[in-house]
Amino acid sequence: MTELLSTEPIRMLVFLVGIVMFVAFNAAYLTLLERKASSWFQRRLGPMEVGPHGLLQPIADGIKLAGKQIIIPDGVDRVLFILSPVMVSVPVIMNLSTIPFSETIEARNVNLGLLMILSFASFNVMGVMFGGWASRNKYSVISAARVVAQNVAYEIPMFLIAISLVVVTHTFDLRETVLLQSGGFWNWNLFKLGVSPLMPVACLLFFVCLLAETNRSPFDMMEAESELIAGAITEYSGMGFGLFFISEYANIVVGSCLVTILFLGGWNCPFGLYPGLHWFFVKMYGIIFVVIWVRWSFPRIQFYGLLNLSWKILIPVSLAHLLLTCVMVKLW
Amino acid sequence: MSLDATTIQGETFVVNLGPQHPATHGVLRVKLTLDGEYIMNAEPVIGYSHRMHEKMAENRTYPQYFANIGRIDYVGAMIYNFGYASAVERLAGIQVPERAEYIRVITSELNRIASHLLWFGPFIIDLGGLTPLLYAFDDREAILNLLESVAGARLTFSYFRFGGVCNDIDEDFMAGCRAFIPRMRERLTLYRRLVTENVIFRKRVEGIGIIPPEICRTYGATGPVLRGSGIRYDVRKNEPYSIYPLLDFDIPAFAECDSMARYRVRMEEMNQSLRIVEQALDRLPSGPVMAEKVPRVLKPPKGDCYFNVEGARGSFGIRIVSDGTDTPYRLKLRTPCFANLSLFGEVSRGMLLADSLALLGSLDLCIPDVDR
Repeated sequence: MTELLSTEPIRMLVFLVGIVMFVAFNAAYLTLLERKASSWFQRRLGPMEVGPHGLLQPIADGIKLAGKQIIIPDGVDRVLFILSPVMVSVPVIMNLSTIPFSETIEARNVNLGLLMILSFASFNVMGVMFGGWASRNKYSVISAARVVAQNVAYEIPMFLIAISLVVVTHTFDLRETVLLQSGGFWNWNLFKLGVSPLMPVACLLFFVCLLAETNRSPFDMMEAESELIAGAITEYSGMGFGLFFISEYANIVVGSCLVTILFLGGWNCPFGLYPGLHWFFVKMYGIIFVVIWVRWSFPRIQFYGLLNLSWKILIPVSLAHLLLTCVMVKLW
Repeated sequence: MSLDATTIQGETFVVNLGPQHPATHGVLRVKLTLDGEYIMNAEPVIGYSHRMHEKMAENRTYPQYFANIGRIDYVGAMIYNFGYASAVERLAGIQVPERAEYIRVITSELNRIASHLLWFGPFIIDLGGLTPLLYAFDDREAILNLLESVAGARLTFSYFRFGGVCNDIDEDFMAGCRAFIPRMRERLTLYRRLVTENVIFRKRVEGIGIIPPEICRTYGATGPVLRGSGIRYDVRKNEPYSIYPLLDFDIPAFAECDSMARYRVRMEEMNQSLRIVEQALDRLPSGPVMAEKVPRVLKPPKGDCYFNVEGARGSFGIRIVSDGTDTPYRLKLRTPCFANLSLFGEVSRGMLLADSLALLGSLDLCIPDVDR
């Protein structure tokens, strides 16, 4: 078995299948977590009927989605309409292939891993835009325009913060980034105040950008339900809708992985004890829970408020953070 | 942020907001002409739930029409009952016992709180916050349980009768009310801390959806919409009826004219309604709850009368013309939502789509009340 795994193509195949399963499992059970968490915030029970405490609910939902007819409305651009769910979901799987979950579990180590993830992450928006545009629905077109403006606005501060982290770690390699943070929590990038005193702020900014990039509330302009029905995905049914849904949650997983790796020391234990996969998952799901928590606590921001926040606050602050980090690194 | 409609030169398109849309809270359709996300023109199309309530009145006896009156503004049905019962009593010259008046005020004010709570939750949903709705429903549930215990219904009450109310309130109801008042006050504090002071919420409503007092006067807007524009007009104070002059309460009004002002008016009104219920419970006299000698077949003398009450959404007026038979010759309803909706087209011009939906939500429309 170990011999077989050591041959590179087979190892890759095993890991990629594993990642697809991981994505599907996460998408399914994050919907349950979302519904359960929302019900805790709202003083109700949430799904309780299918399985104990609704644990089998995602399977029932999946069967329902897969069994639904895929309706392609008259007059849509058929090619783009069918292509866009694929364009949304494939980049996410590509992204997860380079994330180091632990010292040994990583599909493919790419020495430009961070760059690869950021570029694939910006691919995602194109799929949503094409989907909205091809749907030939006015609400979808408005949503498509919003998504593009929003993602352009929030990718810039995200990239700036990522670059300032590269300045600190001197590497694009995610595995190496984590290894540099080993030891204890004082070695994490989040607490490297000596290199850049604004590091916690940068982490917060990165988290805000993550919310906006994944179109999560309070930045859920893409599917602002009370304004645009379901936005770009209004016309999708069955698994077409399902793929958008899966990729939304997979995007959250990727984003949370990035925060974990870049700021929270990846698989390292806060006290230097027993590092491993479990610590990675504790941090990652902690961040995912915060994402869900934010969604059920805050109302939606206005569209111009969102752009103002990015262009007037996030970009200047992240730029200042980058400059400060450069100066500090040069001085020490 | 808004835009002067005349300065925009571009391609426009028409979007039908509704009749099935999450933000219209009913079968309202608004024909929007948009330029990008800016509203060039908004034209409400009404009548999807028109049920001919006025015409039906001409074919039904006076007591039979009670079932209709609770279905016009079903969220604040008790107060509409109040208006109809009082109008017919004025026409027929029936005196209502004092205890019945107090009970009417208590139940009406509880219903007003329930109605405002049903506005509060969905209004935050319009802004994208999904959680407060469930909390509001929790409080509303307590009120509906109380009202169910005396009226037998939870939504479309027909609790009032000509000359009083059909059931006397008991000790359980009074104890329930007294327990509810401090609990609701606590919850209002909670809402203030969690919702009113939330920074995103304030950004969504402060300075947005400004309705100048002149526009309110032009379109005849009443209720919290009018008081949110700084005009302190409330039928309970300006044209007092029943026992309201004996009670001590304030009419909140805010001069900011924006969505936040209307929000604050309603939140403060819940507080004032609690005060009214508390005082009325303290002073509740004993005695009968039905007037004696109300004829079994009511035939008011020839003539007409108009009676105005302060509904949860504004001034609800009812005019009855009697020809001396057991059915009204003509019955005219002046419903607040119709007037409040009619200003939407003018006010929303030049606004962004998302902001105009916040404005629409802050008007607190009940669509059957618009269509009748």
